[in-house]
Amino acid sequence: MPDPLLSINDLVVEFKTEDGVVHAVDGVSYDLFPGEILGIVGESGSGKSVSTLALLGLIPQPPGRIVSGTAMFKGQDLLRLKKRELRRVRGNEVAMVFQDPMTSLNPVLTVGNQLGEAIKTHFPDEKDDVVKQKVIDLLTLVGVPNPAQRYSQYPHEFSGGMRQRAMIAMAISNSPSLLIADEPTTALDVTIQAQVLEVLKRVQQETDAATILITHDLGIVAEMCDRVLVMYAGHIVESGDVATIFRSPRHPYTIGLMNSLPKLTEDEEWLEPITGAPPSLINLPPGCPFHPRCFLARERCRQENPPLAAVEGSDHKSACHFSEELIGRKSKFSEAVA
Amino acid sequence: MFTFIARRVLYSIPVLFFSTFFSFLFVSYASNPLATVRQNPRATPHLIHLLTLQYHLNQPVIVRYFYWVQDVFTNKLGRSLVTLQPIWPDVQRTMGHTAQLCILSESVAIIVGISVGIYSAIKQYSFFDYSFTTVSFLGFAMPVFWLALLLQIAFTDEYNHWGVRIFYTSGLNSIPGESWFTLDRLQHLALPALTLFIISFALYSRYMRASMLDVINSDYVRTARAKGVSERKVIMRHIFRNALIPITTVAALNIGGLLGGAIVTETVFTLDGFGFYFVQKLGQGDTYAVMAYLLVTAVIIIIFNLIADITYGFLDPRIRYD
Amino acid sequence: MTEFTRPDGSTGLVPTTPTIAGAEPLAPDAGIDRAVETTTEAGLELKARSQWSYARMRFFRHRLAVAGLIGLIIIFGCGIFAPWVAPYGFAQFDLLHTLQPPTTAHQHYFGTDTIGRDEFSRVIYGVRTSMEVGVFVAVVSTIIGLVIGAVAGYQGGWIDNLLMRVTDLVLTLPALAILLAFTALVGNGGQWDLSFILVAFFWTGIARVVRGLFLSLREKEYVEAAKASGAGDMRLMFRHILPNTLGPIIVNATLAVGVAILTESALSFLGFGIKPPTPSLGELVADAQSNPDQWWLTIFPGLTIVVIVLCVNFVGDGLRDALDPQQRRVRA
Repeated sequence: MPDPLLSINDLVVEFKTEDGVVHAVDGVSYDLFPGEILGIVGESGSGKSVSTLALLGLIPQPPGRIVSGTAMFKGQDLLRLKKRELRRVRGNEVAMVFQDPMTSLNPVLTVGNQLGEAIKTHFPDEKDDVVKQKVIDLLTLVGVPNPAQRYSQYPHEFSGGMRQRAMIAMAISNSPSLLIADEPTTALDVTIQAQVLEVLKRVQQETDAATILITHDLGIVAEMCDRVLVMYAGHIVESGDVATIFRSPRHPYTIGLMNSLPKLTEDEEWLEPITGAPPSLINLPPGCPFHPRCFLARERCRQENPPLAAVEGSDHKSACHFSEELIGRKSKFSEAVA
Repeated sequence: MFTFIARRVLYSIPVLFFSTFFSFLFVSYASNPLATVRQNPRATPHLIHLLTLQYHLNQPVIVRYFYWVQDVFTNKLGRSLVTLQPIWPDVQRTMGHTAQLCILSESVAIIVGISVGIYSAIKQYSFFDYSFTTVSFLGFAMPVFWLALLLQIAFTDEYNHWGVRIFYTSGLNSIPGESWFTLDRLQHLALPALTLFIISFALYSRYMRASMLDVINSDYVRTARAKGVSERKVIMRHIFRNALIPITTVAALNIGGLLGGAIVTETVFTLDGFGFYFVQKLGQGDTYAVMAYLLVTAVIIIIFNLIADITYGFLDPRIRYD
Repeated sequence: MTEFTRPDGSTGLVPTTPTIAGAEPLAPDAGIDRAVETTTEAGLELKARSQWSYARMRFFRHRLAVAGLIGLIIIFGCGIFAPWVAPYGFAQFDLLHTLQPPTTAHQHYFGTDTIGRDEFSRVIYGVRTSMEVGVFVAVVSTIIGLVIGAVAGYQGGWIDNLLMRVTDLVLTLPALAILLAFTALVGNGGQWDLSFILVAFFWTGIARVVRGLFLSLREKEYVEAAKASGAGDMRLMFRHILPNTLGPIIVNATLAVGVAILTESALSFLGFGIKPPTPSLGELVADAQSNPDQWWLTIFPGLTIVVIVLCVNFVGDGLRDALDPQQRRVRA
């Protein structure tokens, strides 16, 4: 087992708001290994985006605050880096692709200009025409047609899917070892989604960058990822490799998630949503954050927050007191995964 | 781009015609151009008869309007019925004074307003921000005439108290002469310019602050930071470039309005400017002078609206007029 | 369905009695009731809140807006109850006590003017006039602007074009100058004449805003959905689009009160707006010009205008924050 590229330990992030303190990330720990694609899955408010924004220091410090935790990346703690050192990492060793391509590019600068900026920021001595050529090559790599022409165009002249491709190109321009994609396809049409995911996969293969893919779509996780983390209310509730999780989920929330998906190979009469309401991150329920909605919930769940512990085999972990009761239970999709 | 300008100019012409026609209609019906003339004891019936013929006052309004339009082009806005003097030289002179006043106050207001707005946004919720927010709120709530009066009283008091003239409280020159750059002229313009400055400053600083906050919290600024761009470049290339765009429109429109004469300010300080000219002529019932004012002001506003749109289109590539 | 409130304040619906078809309860005491119980115990908010009560809550959190509201209630209250609040009449003069500085003697809180009229009373009556003009102009021009703008924005076509040309016309002309011309040549110094003239100009601005709102909302999906289920034009305009435009319209109308008062006082100051015997704050300031040494004659009327407009703007700002559905949210 190679050493992890990124090792996050007990990350806690809060936000001070008018209504109270929002506990966005409440003690998250995981490892990321070189070359793998790790999916982080969860609903809005689960903390999946915030945990990665914290890595690059992109959380506005008032009202946000990184309370505690470490994020070891290539021997450095990203959370403790000085501004200048952090800037050297951003866009270079660690790059990010954001969710909404419509607003993620500066509308008054050309696309070529902005991609070039990504390169010139870290390699200021490169000649302009060399940079321009590199940008055109990158655009070709991500499948933007007529890259030489598109170089001088503005973001509003690109379609949504093309913009996202350009964002991906921008992210990999300096061959990062860690690529974070925060819901890269959520804002796109379904058909375009498939294309962009294609690009992402291709890019990952070319650069062999470790990738964190954040999404709320289990389908994307199944298609793209090697391992997956399931997050809920700022906690990781289950982690393991994709096949195992899909075949035999060991956390009631994961089970609920899968049950609420329609199975396209069979007739179904009713969809099964998860009961109850999403939690308030200001007033988190005591004990396990999921217990108010859990069909396994018992007294102990209200009192003790279950730690993320191994279930069967060391890689599959679940944060549930009663995860053993779920052993042997097959998920809705177990045949598909087998 | 040129077709856009041409189209706008072409479109403005009927608008101008309509607005001046309605103004003319209204002004003619509401005022009796000859009333003031009749009051003049030296006005003989013969003179009145001549004037009637010359100004076509016995013709229907529409005809008179077209004669007026003709006058505008051929006769440089014609002659005033009250003073029987040509109108254009007066307009020229007073426009110049108003222009100087506006250039003085707006250039300072823009620079200071934008700077304060930027700093307020960067240091949001700081003491600086709160104090200047208060100042802007006051600026918006303050009636211009009252502000002008206060300044006038303050500096009249100051002179009475200490006998030293810092700023003049009325008029344009104490030393005769039309030069723009004498200390005397500046001393006279200082208080009116200060009045206008305060009001404009409130406007620019608020808009700049709002625009900055909008941009600072935008996704593309976050993308720039995520790329590792230095904070200085983020501010210059990404934040400023976008935040300044709305301000140009605001400034162009504001200046266009002010050039039409800061009526109230000029009246309080009895400044020989375009706005004061208008108020005086209105009081005298001088139809053609009033029409001249309305026409020139409308043209200025149209021009500056056009400038606002063109600048916006130039700065923001998303707006391309073709 | 049960309604719940998310951390960001938006509300959502969730099935009240979900069915987990085919799931066998693994624990003897697992069940839906338990879930609801524990939900309430955990302190989650299941209160259903209407949009208006939520807006009201947000408004009252703004201290400045609340202060402005209180200020307005006090000042406008004085205006409404002027005959009882003012110790003297507006034109009541007293040649024995001319040009007196503010004093508590004889209740001349704001002093007296050249012929002994009590400034405090004059200011109060002036407030009443300003209030009447401001509110009237704001309300009437909003109604007119709303109707015209809605029709133009929703229908589009030639109505829209016509409206745009008309507002273009009005907006191209220098506002104050035109108002001056109107009031000078037509106005008779009465406050209602002036109010109608102001309305004739203010409605264009509001119509523009409303038109823009209707134009953009017309394309929204929920309008299309309503149309698809057979809703007619009037129903679409009133039940679907209008409620969503009320927020900005209310804010605009509130701020219009301030603008109307400032405009009226400027016109009255120049001698073209409201003329005596009708009381007006602008006219009071104009009167004070001949007595620059008697500071109370200039300060108090002007200060009153500033305070009124400030309060109006604070309330307008608070309303804007309370009614604006797009707040800067923190993404969790």
